[in-house]
Amino acid sequence: MHTTTKRRLDNHADAHLVPLYCAAGSTQKQQPRKGGGNDAEGSDGGGAQKLAKKGKELKEDMDSLVDEIDEVLEENAEEFVKNYVQRGGE
Amino acid sequence: MAIPKVMGTEIEYGITVKGDSDFDPISGCVLLVNAYREDHAGEILWDYDQENPLADARGFQVDGEKYTPNQQENIARNKTLMNGARYYVDHAHPEYSCPEVTNVRDLVVHEKAGERILEMSRREANALLPGGTQMLIYKNNSDRKGNSYGSHENYLMDRRTSFKQIVENLMPFFVTRQVFCGAGKVGAENRSQPVDFQISQRADFFETEVALDTMVKRPIINTRDEPHADREKYRRLHVIVGDANLSEYTIYLRNGVTALVLSMIEDGAINKNMSLRDPVRSIKEVSHDPTCRKKIQLEDGKNITAAELQAEYLEMALTYAASTSVDPVTEDVLAKWEHVVGCLQRDPMELDGKIDWVMKKSMIESFMQRKSLDWQSPRVEMLDLQYHDLRPEKGLYYLLERQGRAERIVADEEIATAIHTPPADTRAYFRGECLRRYGDAVFGVNWDSISFGVDGEPIKRILMAEPLKGTKSHVEELLTSSPTAADLVKNLSA
Repeated sequence: MHTTTKRRLDNHADAHLVPLYCAAGSTQKQQPRKGGGNDAEGSDGGGAQKLAKKGKELKEDMDSLVDEIDEVLEENAEEFVKNYVQRGGE
Repeated sequence: MAIPKVMGTEIEYGITVKGDSDFDPISGCVLLVNAYREDHAGEILWDYDQENPLADARGFQVDGEKYTPNQQENIARNKTLMNGARYYVDHAHPEYSCPEVTNVRDLVVHEKAGERILEMSRREANALLPGGTQMLIYKNNSDRKGNSYGSHENYLMDRRTSFKQIVENLMPFFVTRQVFCGAGKVGAENRSQPVDFQISQRADFFETEVALDTMVKRPIINTRDEPHADREKYRRLHVIVGDANLSEYTIYLRNGVTALVLSMIEDGAINKNMSLRDPVRSIKEVSHDPTCRKKIQLEDGKNITAAELQAEYLEMALTYAASTSVDPVTEDVLAKWEHVVGCLQRDPMELDGKIDWVMKKSMIESFMQRKSLDWQSPRVEMLDLQYHDLRPEKGLYYLLERQGRAERIVADEEIATAIHTPPADTRAYFRGECLRRYGDAVFGVNWDSISFGVDGEPIKRILMAEPLKGTKSHVEELLTSSPTAADLVKNLSA
């Protein structure tokens, strides 16, 4: 599956927060989407094209991840990181 | 003969309040812990009486002051939950100690339940904070300014296994296991050599090999000897060398492989001497090399990579598993460990989706490439921190998980159940059920005892020195036939 699973987050009163953590529809073990494919190519002409397509898919995949992260990443990163100070623990 | 590896983790979380420059972490923690309400919500003490953190496993008692809060402070700082967990304020951090479990799969479920509980309390606490401020919680180990806090693991061991044997056989394993359980970190700390990215959050903070202290000059192997169980029979190995992990696969391997190695030590199945020349130096060398190619030096002069050293332990484990009978969960752990060690020796980045540090590195590198940033950029530091943010809508680990980029071990329904339900197969069951059924009558709790205050009678303390007693099959009938705490005490005394 290639499309980004963008989950709408509802503010449930449900204390269990289960919906907020589930990927859409699935609670089973999910296989990670790996960047590297193992496409062994047969014929040449088709091979180069397939590889280019794969490359494009990978780039789109990475772009969509970066976009998602960008949307939620804390603004004013420099200040935030500077202000994150903890006391020593165990 | 190796004994069942009853285990648990105690995680110190990072806490901050955005928009409040005068934020006091201790009162923040107290607010947070008390914001989590369970139905019984009585005023229950944590019973420090039998605690002995100054006992050293090498056989002596350290002179020092044991800190015990007064009653009021105690009640404000300590919650014992219906699922058998302890949720409390430890110095300036909220800490969650999950209930005792018999296997690593349950460990994953319960450690994750702890994350949910922290997040639920955070939301409740926020409702009580002034507008424009927001409490934030992080499951990580440092603030990148030289302050570190721990994620500790506990494993039940047979007391007859000598501590010396444990240290010898465990040290090389602990120095190198970070290659499959590090949480990753941008930069270096604690006067270590600068580095762009390293494998472990904690490695920079280890300054000695074996010691009692957990807060300064941290040791790779901690000698705390506080079994919270029958001390003639048991040792509780208190492990402080690990990172705070979000990935379920990583948590699973971290505790699963360690438990297996400890069983092997108990059974004398570690028959190769992999001792390192300088463990404290090597733990940083390994961490500072995300390519996993760096060779570290053994006592005998040989040089070996961390992955190769793990491969040696793996080989001994495979031999061990073939000669004894291991349960299905352990078999699964072994299979995954084997897979992971193979990947590490080829290309660690193959483990994207499985191991925290690889997932974090991969995510950051993708971001850096697209946005033309470098490792020193503040947004990169922010990515490192936000990976550990507990808010499901903001935490970057949770984002990866939702996108199917994180391999799961357990299901969300199991985690949701564990928020309120203790494991059925350890004494946590008895503890949790007593709290649920007789919460109002509970006076004090500790890991190995629970006390009741009934109708003006003297406090009755029930001892629970056996971690595998007090299970559902042991006590369900007793509980069912004891509608009140008074009945319970009467039935137990009968």
